[in-house]
Amino acid sequence: MCTYLTKHLEMDGSGKGAAGWIRVTAASVYFDHPAHAPADHTLNVDLLNPDLGPTARVALELEPRSARQLAEAILELLSADPAAPAA
Amino acid sequence: MDEAIRAEVVEVTGHGGDRIQAYFAAPLESGSRPGMVVIHHMPGLDRQTKETVRRFAAQGYFAISPNLYWREAPGADPDDAAAAARARGGVPDERLVGDVAGAADFLRGRPSASGKVGVIGYCSGGRQAVLAACHLPLQAAVDCYGAFVVGEPPEGFPIAIRNLKDQLPDLVCPLLGLFGEEDQHPSPAETKELDALLSSHGKEHEFTTYPGAGHAFFAVDRPSYRPEAAVDGWGRIFAFLGRTLEG
Repeated sequence: MCTYLTKHLEMDGSGKGAAGWIRVTAASVYFDHPAHAPADHTLNVDLLNPDLGPTARVALELEPRSARQLAEAILELLSADPAAPAA
Repeated sequence: MDEAIRAEVVEVTGHGGDRIQAYFAAPLESGSRPGMVVIHHMPGLDRQTKETVRRFAAQGYFAISPNLYWREAPGADPDDAAAAARARGGVPDERLVGDVAGAADFLRGRPSASGKVGVIGYCSGGRQAVLAACHLPLQAAVDCYGAFVVGEPPEGFPIAIRNLKDQLPDLVCPLLGLFGEEDQHPSPAETKELDALLSSHGKEHEFTTYPGAGHAFFAVDRPSYRPEAAVDGWGRIFAFLGRTLEG
């Protein structure tokens, strides 16, 4: 199926893609068909800088289990570090 | 027919007079030819979509797939273009109709075109094939597991589409539908509802739902590929087009 469901987020950071490092200003997160991963559906993340054009993109296609592990690891590390603001 | 073809990138005039790129293939052998517009799926005008265009050409059709993401991402790789289009909310229905119209006009403009043109789409393109056939002078439409022809898109849906129930009375041509029994979008209940709706409107259609197949069973590069369903489906497609476009 095509879920189409997509979360759009504003971002502030950097990522390294096909053209080297870029400032990341936006993200799309969705569970849908991957372009490359060998699975019917993956949790996909596009880290984008729309001002730099469509190739300014860092892309991830993760098996759901991997995506959960990544998300949990991110939250755990942010919670554990007193230097990281809560929100 | 020797199946020799020429394939190339062309420009067509799409919605709003915009010039957009398209992938076009044509048989080398001379003769009167019907046309097929291939609507690409959400991942864009990718290698498999181009392969499908070439397949139709090898079968004797002028075939074309307009790049529906050209405006958002001219010249970008299909996956980058798809991501850019998704980030902007997808392809509006009105624009899709205009782009398919431009692609169909390009096919009718080939010197030996028969004038008959069909449309086929996969996944999101399946719904768009039905949409196009409700608004354009086409002679055949093929919907391969298109979601939300009937049924309601979920709440918070980021892409501004709705189902096509109110447009089905305007369907201008026969519709072939090929679906997987294990698919949820569209589900067997939804394709049954579509079947009944088309019958109630007196619209010619032919549906097949394959057991053991889910969404995207034609996709040879995906784990969802189901060879038995895909081989039978291709047979049904060319039999259907033989009746509707070549008669």
